[in-house]
Amino acid sequence: MKIPHRDEVSVGQELPPLKLPPITRTTLALFAGASGDHNPVHIDIDFARAAGMPDVFAHGMLSMAYLGRFLTQWAPQTHLRHFSVRFAAITPVGARLTCTGKIAELTEHGNETLARLEIGVIDDKGEVKLAGEALVALA
Amino acid sequence: MIDTRHIGLQLPVVTFEVEKGRLRFFAEAIGETRPEYLDEEAARAAGYRSLPAPSTFLMGADFDAGTTTTLLETLGVPIERILHGEQSFTYHAPVCAGDVVSVEARISDIYSKKGGALEFIVKDSLIRDAQGKTVVEARGILVVRNPQEQEKSA
Repeated sequence: MKIPHRDEVSVGQELPPLKLPPITRTTLALFAGASGDHNPVHIDIDFARAAGMPDVFAHGMLSMAYLGRFLTQWAPQTHLRHFSVRFAAITPVGARLTCTGKIAELTEHGNETLARLEIGVIDDKGEVKLAGEALVALA
Repeated sequence: MIDTRHIGLQLPVVTFEVEKGRLRFFAEAIGETRPEYLDEEAARAAGYRSLPAPSTFLMGADFDAGTTTTLLETLGVPIERILHGEQSFTYHAPVCAGDVVSVEARISDIYSKKGGALEFIVKDSLIRDAQGKTVVEARGILVVRNPQEQEKSA
């Protein structure tokens, strides 16, 4: 895939968003198995209710994995240098998530030009579920 | 309250084999569509040795080894009280199907906020390849909710 080139990007530029299908219980069951995170609060409604939650809710790492997809549809993963997020709000079943991001800064590090991206996951009401940043080495 | 004497606790080193089937399962679970994550030939054409591990995949090493469960038991934290607060990764080299990595993690900090209603456990991990070279550094922060402490301080 094409590596974003330093001469073709600019600060403030938005990355193509990644719109995801609504989160289902199946999504959570599959992600529990695939990720190895078997915390029952994400897959067992009885457990979640006993813990005082109204229902199961999505793994934060599922949203971070979606954000990873969003980054690697823009630049190859071999150019991803750093990726960090803060989990801001719980994501319930049925949530419709979109990953968004923009170029916040272009910096030189060693012999590389890095794009610092401000990234996030929001639901269809605009509530921020994850906020973070990534550093991507440009061509 | 979590005993802060656990700061500095080294967790047992975990060995994790990056399996092709598990990578495909992970890719399916997150709805991945890019061919290099799904098809070996596409992965090779993109310059990888085999299917690459997606950017957040290696979290599975600790889960599979039971490190997270053991850690929570050691710290006396019930699993239903934890939330993931923050997570970061710094990448040095790609990890692909067939690789065997080791994960060395330690608890680098434990602190509380809001009069103990929220406690934070910071875990730093080094992920190394079979030659001992660090390929990924990870930091995770778990948040422990202690609602009864909030009531006391309210």
